[in-house]
Amino acid sequence: MSLQKKDVEKIAWLARLALSEQEVSDYARDLSDIFELVKQMNTVDTEGVLPLAHPLEITARLRRDEVVETNERDRFQSIAPLVKNGHYLVPKVIE
Amino acid sequence: MDWEPVIGLEIHVQLATKSKIFSGASTRYGAEANTQACDVDVGLPGVLPVLNEEAVRMAIKLGLAIDATIARRSVFARKNYFYPDLPKGYQISQYELPIVSRGYVEIQADGEEPKIIGVTRAHLEEDAGKSVHEGFASMSGIDLNRAGTPLLEIVSEPDMRSAKEAIAYMKTIHTLVRYLEISDANMQEGSFRCDANVSVRPKGATAFGTRAELKNLNSFRFVERAINYELQRQIDMLEAGERILQETRLYDANKNETRSMRGKEEANDYRYFPDPDLLPLELDERYIESVRAELPELPRQKKLRFMADYDLSAYDAGVLSSSRELADFYEATVRASGSDPKLCANWVMGDLLGALNKEGKSITESPVSPTMVGALMARIADNTISGKIAKEVFEAMWRSEGDADAIIAAKGLKQVTDTRAIERFIDEVLEENAEQLAQYRSGKEKLFGHFVGQILKKSRGKANPQQVNTLLRKKLKGPSS
Repeated sequence: MSLQKKDVEKIAWLARLALSEQEVSDYARDLSDIFELVKQMNTVDTEGVLPLAHPLEITARLRRDEVVETNERDRFQSIAPLVKNGHYLVPKVIE
Repeated sequence: MDWEPVIGLEIHVQLATKSKIFSGASTRYGAEANTQACDVDVGLPGVLPVLNEEAVRMAIKLGLAIDATIARRSVFARKNYFYPDLPKGYQISQYELPIVSRGYVEIQADGEEPKIIGVTRAHLEEDAGKSVHEGFASMSGIDLNRAGTPLLEIVSEPDMRSAKEAIAYMKTIHTLVRYLEISDANMQEGSFRCDANVSVRPKGATAFGTRAELKNLNSFRFVERAINYELQRQIDMLEAGERILQETRLYDANKNETRSMRGKEEANDYRYFPDPDLLPLELDERYIESVRAELPELPRQKKLRFMADYDLSAYDAGVLSSSRELADFYEATVRASGSDPKLCANWVMGDLLGALNKEGKSITESPVSPTMVGALMARIADNTISGKIAKEVFEAMWRSEGDADAIIAAKGLKQVTDTRAIERFIDEVLEENAEQLAQYRSGKEKLFGHFVGQILKKSRGKANPQQVNTLLRKKLKGPSS
């Protein structure tokens, strides 16, 4: 299986990445190479092997349900481009 | 052609934890914008999510209550999309390995037989922030207080066949999460939200039709209306030979219609993958059993117990077990009355709920306590007052005029059970109604009720109706006077 340029363009669009013509062809080739590797891996018998969700062989530790954070709005908003009445401002989004 | 509706619901339940699912920020509703959004919630670089144990316990509770499988191992995944109220560019959710799968609930739509509805899965995820479109001129304001609030998304099988069944299912889940105390399920505040997948197919067909996903259904009434509107729209299109598009449609309550939302990305465009920031969640048997031990009596168990212990009908038991608070009120009333549980059921469901409804109050805001209602029931049971007079006493209790005994004494409402006194009322009435009496004797027997009414009226409602009946019958059978 190999990736076409239009596949790369779609993936880039979904990830909101702007790619040049050159980058699109480069990625199409590089990603296709990865698919070659995947193809090779697919030949291995993985019957009875649990799919890997994380490379570390440990499981989640849980937090107690306690409020430990304080209001740091001013600090966070000091680096926001636009702020009004405590809200972050963005271009109008309405469906 | 006859069409069959096929409906499945996705219900988002906001879990009643104190802190967020992956951070220690507060989840309190109604705070000033962005004051409860910490570095994890606003998606600053370098932060790490840590799972809230309480959210996990709550998800397990729901799973156990619907007889579902609790995953011994579940995984969090990233659901990738761009929207301004989603600062990380992905929502942490569960995809292939949800914490709860394959459960069921029993529902009963109005006037129909009970029915089993399958629950495909329930998974944990974080809520997004809120976009505010008013008050910012040409911009939108973003409030991230809600970002990271724990949600349990409960996905049903497409098992419902009418809007009525969908409502019954939704109410069953609503009652259940409140019983389990895992959510306040407040629909106005958005703690209980519902999307509906709706399609139709020719009656008898086994394949599903193309479905539309309805969003923005934030009340029971809207869910019913939106589904019925959408079903008719699809039937009209199919009968006109048109094709249904698989799409997301928004319900507009003002216009009572659904309309297409443009450009919602396809499911496979979310590019789910396991979140590398979170380790798999593993649960052992002992832990799950410790959660099971915390389960309260569930609505269905309570309903069956009410039917068995109090000899109530399925309908009455269903109404009285519809919330924990109402069920507790009812049982406290029965205990206080020391008498007929059916009588108590009639009063709690009739006069009490009626009065609460009229004033828009909930059972927890009732001005009369179970003890007071129970004492009133005891006075009906021991014949101190009749049911009719009891209504007068109840109204006085509602107006805070005291407890039943005090009101009965103060107003002189004690029932007349003295045979001689009742006979005097009877004699007077028969004397005053000589003409009707003659008609009665010549065969017009339905006048009996008229006499009873007059006698009760003469006693100002205080004569014991059973005694009036017996004594009157005896008198009328006797020699004509």
